[in-house]
Amino acid sequence: MKRTATVLAAVLLAAAGCSNSGGGGSSGSADTPGVTDTEIVVGTHMPLTGPAAAGYSKIAPATKAYFDYVNANGGVHGRKITYKIMDDGYNPANTQQVVRQLVLQDKVFAILNGLGTPTHSGVLDFLKTNRVPDLFVASGSRSWNQPDKYPGTFGFNPDYTVEGKILATHVKETYAGKKVCFLGQDDDFGRDSLAGIEKVLGPVAAKQSYVTSNPNVGPQIGALKAAACQVVVLATVPGFTALSIGTAAKIGFKPQFVVSNVGSDPATLAKTLGAAAPLLEGVVAANYLPLANDSANPWIQLYTKVNKEYNNGAELDNNVVYGMSVAYLFVQALQSAGKDLTRDGIIEAVKKGGFTGPGLVPVRYSAGDHSGYGGEQLTTIEGGVAKYFGKPYRTDDGDGAVEVYEAAAVAPPANGIPAA
Amino acid sequence: MTALQDRAATKKAAHRQRTRLSPWIVVVVGAVIVVALTYTLPPFRTYQLATVGAYLCVTAGLTVLTGLNGQLSLGHGALMATGAYTLALWQNKFNLLPVGILVAILVTTAVGAVIGLAAARLRGPYLAGLTLAVAVVVPSITSTFDETFNSDQGLSVMLNPPPESMTNEQWQAWLCWGGALLTVLVLALLTRGRFGRDMKAVRDDETAARLAGISVARTQVAAFVVSAACAGLAGALFAVIAQSVSPGAFPLTLSLFLLMAIVIGGLGRLSGALIGAVLLVALPAVAHEIGEAAGSQRLEGNLALTFFGVVLVVVMLAAPGGLASLRIPFKKKGH
Repeated sequence: MKRTATVLAAVLLAAAGCSNSGGGGSSGSADTPGVTDTEIVVGTHMPLTGPAAAGYSKIAPATKAYFDYVNANGGVHGRKITYKIMDDGYNPANTQQVVRQLVLQDKVFAILNGLGTPTHSGVLDFLKTNRVPDLFVASGSRSWNQPDKYPGTFGFNPDYTVEGKILATHVKETYAGKKVCFLGQDDDFGRDSLAGIEKVLGPVAAKQSYVTSNPNVGPQIGALKAAACQVVVLATVPGFTALSIGTAAKIGFKPQFVVSNVGSDPATLAKTLGAAAPLLEGVVAANYLPLANDSANPWIQLYTKVNKEYNNGAELDNNVVYGMSVAYLFVQALQSAGKDLTRDGIIEAVKKGGFTGPGLVPVRYSAGDHSGYGGEQLTTIEGGVAKYFGKPYRTDDGDGAVEVYEAAAVAPPANGIPAA
Repeated sequence: MTALQDRAATKKAAHRQRTRLSPWIVVVVGAVIVVALTYTLPPFRTYQLATVGAYLCVTAGLTVLTGLNGQLSLGHGALMATGAYTLALWQNKFNLLPVGILVAILVTTAVGAVIGLAAARLRGPYLAGLTLAVAVVVPSITSTFDETFNSDQGLSVMLNPPPESMTNEQWQAWLCWGGALLTVLVLALLTRGRFGRDMKAVRDDETAARLAGISVARTQVAAFVVSAACAGLAGALFAVIAQSVSPGAFPLTLSLFLLMAIVIGGLGRLSGALIGAVLLVALPAVAHEIGEAAGSQRLEGNLALTFFGVVLVVVMLAAPGGLASLRIPFKKKGH
C-alpha cells in the first residue's frame, strides 16, 4: 500500500502542478470575464467530428472568419474578438466538459451559437448559475425561449413549431387533398415540428421517427410507402434527409418531400447523395437567410469576400452563410451594448432587439421573447440549386396566424460591419 | 541471481507485506488531500478532480473483476448508464439525492447480478461477447422506450443547488470523492480477506479452486455484482456532474476506454485504478491541447483514441504490469 500512497501523492502533485495553467485573461475592464481593453473572448461547442459533423462543422470556422474580418478592420470598440471553438462530437457528456473548460478555465465572456438541442440542453443550468450570456443557440428548440427560467439564453433559428406551421401552410395551399405524412427526429426537434404542422393541417396520415444512432430508415420509409403518403414532411438533420430521400427512391416511393431548414442545405445533401443527387430535384424546403448560390445578393457578395480572405476559401454553402450571419448578429449586439461591455449589458442589448441584417424576417428578441428568427420563406431545388419562391411568412409558436411579411430585405453596410 | 540476492528479495517482499498501509489510513489521507485540493485548485481543475473521482468508482470495481477474478467485461459502460438513468428518473420524480444514489446502486447491482449469472457460465471471448452486447444495446433501449428515456436526447437531471458555503465544483468533487474513497475502502477490505483469496484462486486455476472447496460460480457472480455496484455508483455520480443523461454519454468506446485505463494503470491494483481514472480525464485533455496547437480542430475527436492506443502499447512494452507496477528506486543500486 506504500505504492498506493506514492502513486496517490504523485498524481495529486501532478494535478496541483497543472493548476497554474488555469486562470489568465480575467482582469478586464469592469472585471468582466473574457473582456479586456483589447480583446473579447467568446466560446462555442460544435460537432466538428462524429455523426452530426456533416455540414455543421463548417459553421464555427465561418463565424470565426467573419470575426477575423471585423478584427482586421479595427474590431468592435477597439476590441478584437477571439472565438474559441470546441468539438463536442454532438455528445452531451462532451458538451458538459468543453463548456466547463470554456467558462471556468478559458474564462469566456459568452457562449455563442452552441449547437444542438440535446447537447445544449445539458449546459443551460450551468451557464445560468455562472451568469454566462448564452447567445444565439444553434437549434430551433423552444427551450431557449424561457426568459423567466433562463434569462441569459437566446435562440437563433426560427423555432421548429414556427417552421412546422409555415411548411404546413404551404402544403395546405399547394397540395390540397393529398395524403400528408411526417418523419422526424425522436426528440424536441421532431416533436415541436410535428406540433406546428398539426396546428395547421390537423393530424397527419402517418408519422414515423428515427434516432441518429441508427442510420437505417428503411422501416420508417417503408411504413410511409405502405400508408400511401403523397407528401412527406421531414424534420431531419442533413444526413437523414439524404438517407430518407435515397431510401425512398430505392423502394420506388416518390412522394413530394418538404424538408425542414435544418436538414435542407443542397450542397451538403448533394455531397452525401453523390451520384444520386438528382433525386433532390423538386424538394421543397424553407430558409430565412440569403441562399449561398444567389450571387446577386449583396450579403452573399460580402460573405464571399470574407470567405475568400479569412476562411481559406472554403466552399460557400448555407452553413457558411449561417455561421457568418451569427457572427454579424453578435457584432451588432456588441455594438449595441456599447464600449463599457458587461455580461448584463449585452443581455440588455439583445433584449432591446431591433436588429436588422441578412435575415428575410427580423429576429424576435424582446424582454418577453428570447426566440430567434420569426419566420421563413420557401425554397425549391431546380437544376441542383435552391431558389426562393413566394414571399416570406411570419408566425409564432402558439395559435397565431401565418402571415406574409412584406418589408423588403436590408442591404449590408458598405464596409460590411454593423455600426453602433 | 545468487541465493543471497534471492533471500534478500524474499525478505524485502515479506517486509513490504508487513508494512502495508491500512486502507483506513489511505482513505483518510486521501480525503484530506481532496478537501485541500478543492480549496486550492481553480474551478475547472476541481471539476476535473470530481470527474476523476467518479471514474475511480468504476475503474476500481472493474480492476477487481478483471485483475483479481479474471473476468473480462466490455459492458461496464452500460452498467454506468443503468445507474445514471436510475438516478435521473428518481431525481426528476422525488428529488432526494442521497436515496437516489442508493437506489441507483441497488438497481445496477440487480442488473449486474443477472449479467453476472450468465457471465459465470461463459469464458474468454464468449464473456467478452456477452458484455459487448449489453453495451451495444443501451441506445436501442432508450429509443424503444422513448416515453421513459427520451431517446437520444436523454433526460436532464433535476438537482438542488449546493450548500451556500461552497461552489458547485467543490460540491461535485466532495460528492464524487466521497463515493470513490468509500468504494476503494470497501474493495480494499473485501479483497484482503477471504473473498480476495477466493477470487485469485478462481482466476489462477478453477479446478484447483474447486478442489479447495471454493464455489467458482458463486465467487464469479459475487465479483461481477460487486463491480456492477461500483459502476452504478459511478454512473449516478456522472449523472449528477453532467446534470443530464443520454445514451451518447455511455457509448461502447467508454467501456473500451475503461478497460484500457485499468490495463495501463495496472490490473488488479486499486492504485492502478486511480492512475487509470486520471488518464481517462487527462488524455483527452492532452489530445485537445495537441489538436489546438496543430491548428486542426477536427483532429481532436479522433486523437484521444489514438492517444490511448499509443500509451497502451508503450506501457505494455515498458511496464507489463501497468504503471502502478513501476517503482521509484529509493536506494542506489549496488554498494
